[in-house]
Formats: sequence, structure tokens, C-alpha cells
Amino acid sequence: MLEIKNLTASINEKQILNGLNIRIKPGELHAIMGPNGSGKSTLANVLSGKNGYKTSGELKYKGKDLNDISIDERAQQGIFLAFQYPTEIPGVKTNNFLRTSLNKIRKARGEKEVDALSFLKIIKEKSNELGMDEKMLSRQLNVGFSGGEKKKNEILQMKILNPNLVILDETDSGLDIDALKIVANGVNTSRDKTNSFLVITHYQRLLNFIRPDFVHVLSKGKIIKSGDMKLAEQLEKTGYTGII
Amino acid sequence: MKNQNFDQQKEYKYGFTTDIENVKAPKGLSEDTIKFISKVKKEPKWMLEWRLKAYERLKVSKEPNWQKPKFSKIDYQDLYYYSAPKSMKDKPKSLDEIDPKLIETYNKLGIPLNEQKKLSGVAVDAVFDSVSVATTYKEELTKKGIIFCPISEAIQKHPDLVKKYLGSVIPVTDHYFATLNSAVFTDGSFVYIPPNTKCPMELSTYFRINASETGQFERTLIIADKGSYVSYLEGCTAPMRDENQLHAANVELIALDDAEIKYSTVQNWYPGDSNGVGGIYNFVTKRGVCRGKNSKISWTQVETGSAITWKYPSCILQGDNSVGEFYSIAITNNHQKADTGTKMIHLGKNTRSKIISKGISAGKADNTYRGLVDIHRKATNSRNYTQCDSLLMGNKCGAHTVPYIKNKNSSSTIEHEATTSKINEDQLFYCNQRGLNQEEAVSLIVNGFCKDVLQQLPMEFAVEAQKLVGISLEGSVG
Repeated sequence: MLEIKNLTASINEKQILNGLNIRIKPGELHAIMGPNGSGKSTLANVLSGKNGYKTSGELKYKGKDLNDISIDERAQQGIFLAFQYPTEIPGVKTNNFLRTSLNKIRKARGEKEVDALSFLKIIKEKSNELGMDEKMLSRQLNVGFSGGEKKKNEILQMKILNPNLVILDETDSGLDIDALKIVANGVNTSRDKTNSFLVITHYQRLLNFIRPDFVHVLSKGKIIKSGDMKLAEQLEKTGYTGII
Repeated sequence: MKNQNFDQQKEYKYGFTTDIENVKAPKGLSEDTIKFISKVKKEPKWMLEWRLKAYERLKVSKEPNWQKPKFSKIDYQDLYYYSAPKSMKDKPKSLDEIDPKLIETYNKLGIPLNEQKKLSGVAVDAVFDSVSVATTYKEELTKKGIIFCPISEAIQKHPDLVKKYLGSVIPVTDHYFATLNSAVFTDGSFVYIPPNTKCPMELSTYFRINASETGQFERTLIIADKGSYVSYLEGCTAPMRDENQLHAANVELIALDDAEIKYSTVQNWYPGDSNGVGGIYNFVTKRGVCRGKNSKISWTQVETGSAITWKYPSCILQGDNSVGEFYSIAITNNHQKADTGTKMIHLGKNTRSKIISKGISAGKADNTYRGLVDIHRKATNSRNYTQCDSLLMGNKCGAHTVPYIKNKNSSSTIEHEATTSKINEDQLFYCNQRGLNQEEAVSLIVNGFCKDVLQQLPMEFAVEAQKLVGISLEGSVG
């Protein structure tokens, strides 16, 4: 699904990723942990194609080079980023935004666009699955949402857009235990043999609920250690200083 | 970003010219030109005298020059003041007699005039250069006693109404362009809604400038009699030309006791090319008076076109408890300039006004909101709320807010809120990450920014206006 070789990235002349390697197969869930400033969010941004980064190295998604593909085309081809800080867009209703998004992605897949009515059905179904209140969707996008609501909204979007590669950028940060369970539930019910997850997190907490196949430790723009859930447990005990 | 597609889309969709033979007045502004116009319009003597009086006034008045956008000198002697398709000379009696080229022009503009294809629920008066080409749904409206016709026809058939109200809101002496219009106005729409009548459909005028070196001077007069209601919409387009063409319209609205007029404009005159060559000078005077108690006038405007937009649709709140509203979106891109806003003059007791203005500036454009709220001494317990938001795209454009606020009594309140923001990189990234390209993202964000105004438009036009908002800003980011 995703193959990264020797990836470097810098922004404003500042080097952040320093030769990062990772390989994610369909059906796998990888967790990336690391201290503040280790380059976790940069990795998420570079994967989704955000402007402003200078990069080198190999970035292959579904066997294709990602480097020349724009942000929106990557999204249309199934890359989804759950934002760490979802932005507010005043005046735009969440469900209208989401329908526009879904139809762009469906169109790119060669599928028929959904009309307002069938979209409502999809929303109802998915929010029930998550145990969420769909009323949130008739509000303006992220405007006046609490931190938890914003994150839940990201997970709902993920469920509706049905992407192939999901990047969660610290989605668990700042969530209470109930919200955390909703996020975990969203991930667990979405997982299948065809999609992959890259979960960026600070804490083991979320990983207890979603059981990653691999855990990587990122430090100074490089993966310095890889393992399984035991690595996350060790980190929780010793902190990063015990490893780095 | 890939720009190839943008360049094609960016082109002004309505920039075509209809190749049609015209009858024109002799070039230049003179008594003879005015007499010519009055004669081809078969006007009664009082109308010609009215025009000539305006012309006398014009001779001693000067163009105003306090506005922010400066414009190149207009040579008033180098303009045609009347231009009409030759085929319209002997007034076609039905649509079958109208030159197919004209029908085709309006089809291209998305305004079908044919009986079978006409827009449902909207009666249209189509004005081509200086004449009204056709008016749809006329009979249905007549049954209810509603008059909806070209103003040239109203002058002949309903002289008492015209005499009573024409110039009663915008006096002939008001200012240079209003005076000019009074002297040489050619066509436009006339609406009269009888007492206690709710107009059953939207009334709409579609203005089209076609001929070159021609100014368009339309005149619209809408009277809502006691307890009546009307919703009126105007749309405008013009061909692409290197010259600047002048459009100086006068629009007067009169609402009597308990009457309501809702006036919406979607202005998409040719804005000039990306270097600022050509485009329409849109210098328009629009004013409504809430003459009766409990009356209401609501202006909604979506201004996306023109090289320079210079207008202040205003309300004089004369009747007690009357309400004035102004909802505006002004979008300027490339070298476009806008100086627009409103005047709310509170004269009656318990009068209320609301102003929501959204200015969007991109490219090297300049956008000014200028508004007056004037609450007079006797207008006790009156209220105004003003909200002006500006959105900037890029770092070469400008946004200005110039409020004039006067409150002459202590029981009234005025609130003014203003914000200026830039389109946010994070918002664009978020939209892109959900599969929207740059243009779609900009359109979505700007439409969200304008939502409070867009939702005031009649349903039939809101969708069109939303698209227009997106198109006007194409190529402005990325």
C-alpha cells in the first residue's frame, strides 16, 4: 500500500525528516510514536501532499510515485488524513461539505455521485455505527465544535469516505475516555484486508483499543526502533528517554 | 497547480456579441439626441419636457469625484445614447415577430423567452441595449391588476402613475449621473402592484449591453401599493470589449403602508480582462422609500462584474415602523474596483435597518464598503445593525470600510461590526485533503463567507449566484 524509502523533508530550510523508511501492506495498522518535534506531523503532512515542504526519497502509494500528485488527487485516490487540529470553515454546513467531498472521491473512482437523500441514509448508518449524534453534521464545519467533537467528526468523515490509507494525526490527543472509544471503534470497524492505517500518537492508551500490527518509534526524523505492541508498553513505562 | 483548465474557464462566459443591425441616435449628448430618444419612444410632451429640464440641470452640474476608484475621463460626446435592434422599430406584437437572433441571444444567456421554454415562476422583461425586447407572463399578471412592462410603455399607458412617482425618490437634481440618466434614459422596467396583492411570481429584468460605444441608461420604477408584496430580480451581462462602457441606471422603489419590496441584483457585467483593459463602468443610483407605515424594502446584491462598481442602494425609512435591509456581496478580482454600500436614512419612529456586507478582494483589486446610517431627531426608538466583513486573497489587493454614522436622538441605537480576514491556508489544505481542487476549495470557502447574503436571494437564483461567486475568483489562488 505504502512504501517510503529514505524520505527527507525540510520546511523553511529546517530539516525535519532524515531518511525515514516504512512499508505498510494492505490490512496492516502501524503506529508511530515519538516525542514532540520528532517529525510525526510532518510525516502526515508530506504523505498528504501539503505545500511548503522540500522532500527527497521515494514515496510510493499503490505502486505509484506520489511526489508529483497534488493534494486533492491523493485524496481522491484514497489517502485520508484525520487532522490533529481540524480547521473551521464558517458558513459551510458539515454535511454539504462531506457530500461534496464524497462525490469528488466517488467520481474519481468511477462511481455514481450520491444525491442528498441517499447521502442522508449513509450519514445515519455511519453515525449509528459510531454511536454518534448525526445532528453535528447540520452545523457549520467545525465551527464551535469542542475538541472532542472535531476529532469525532474526522472519524465520521473517514467512515463515510471509505479511504484506502488512513493517517490519524494524534487523533487521540485531548480526548476523554468515551470519545477515545468512539475513535477506536471507528478504526476497528473500518479495518479490513484492503485498507491500511498509520496511527500517529503520543500514548499507548489508544493502542490498547486498536491493537497495532507494528509500532515504530520516531526520533529526529528517523525511525529508530520498530516492534509490536510490547514496544508501546515499554515506552509507556520508561518514556522516550529510555529508548532514545 | 495546473492552470491550463483555469484559463479556459476564466473567460467571461457572456462575452459574445450579437451581430444585429441597429438604429442609433446621432452620436453625442445634445438636445437633439434627447428629442430623438423621446420621439422614437413616442413619448408625450410632458416626458420630453421633464428630460429637457434634466438636461439643463446637467449642463451646470459636475461629475462627483469623492469615490475611491478613479476612472478615465468619459467623453460624453463620443457615446451613443440610444441603440436598438432595427427589427424592434415597428414593435413586434408577439414573440413570433421578434428577430430570432434576439431570442437566440437570450437563450445563450440562459433566459428563454419562448412561451414553451420560459422560466417557470419568473416573469422576465428582457432589455437589449436601449429597448425592451419582450416581457413574459404578462397576461397572467394583468389578471391580478399587476402592471409589469417596459417603462417606455408605462409612460404611454399609465402616465398618471409615472408622473406621480418618477423622480420622487431620486430627484432629477440628485447628482451628475442621476441627472444624466433622467435626461437620456431609454428603457427599463415598470412595476405596479395594486393594494393587498401578493405578486404570485418573481419579476425579473435582464439587461444586456450589446452595441459598442453605447451607454446604457435604464430606468426602473417599482411601486408597491398598500399591503402588497413583490420580489424583483435584475441580471446583467455585456460583451467583452477593450473600451470602457458606461452603465448609469436609476432605480426607484416606493413602498406604501404595509407593503414590502424585495429587490435582488446579480450583476455580472464584463469586468475587463486580467490586465484591466475594458469592462463596464457601473455607476448606478438605486434608492427606495418606505413611504408608508410598517413598510419594508430589502436590497440584496451580488456584484461580481464591471471594471468599476459604484453604487449605494439605499432606503429612506419615512413611515413609522418601516424596515430597510441591505445584503451585499461585492467580489473584485484582477484590476476590478468597487466602491459600494448603502444609505439608511431613518425618519420615522421605530424604524429598523440592517446592513450585511461581504467584500471579497483578489488579484490587484480594490474593494471599498461605504455606508451611511443617519437616524434623524424624530426617528425615536430606531435601530441599526451593521456588519461588514472583508476577505482578502493574496497580498496585492485592498479592502476598505468607510462607515458614516449619525444619530440625532438618544432613544435609538446603532451597532457596527467589521472584520477583515485572509483566506486561510489551513482551510484550503483541509478542503484539498478531502478531494476538492484549489478552485473548488476557494469557491466553497468564499460561499461560506457569503452565506448570510446568498440565503437572501430567491431560490431560483441562489444556485446561479453561488456558481458565479466561484467563477469570479477562478485563478486567484495557487
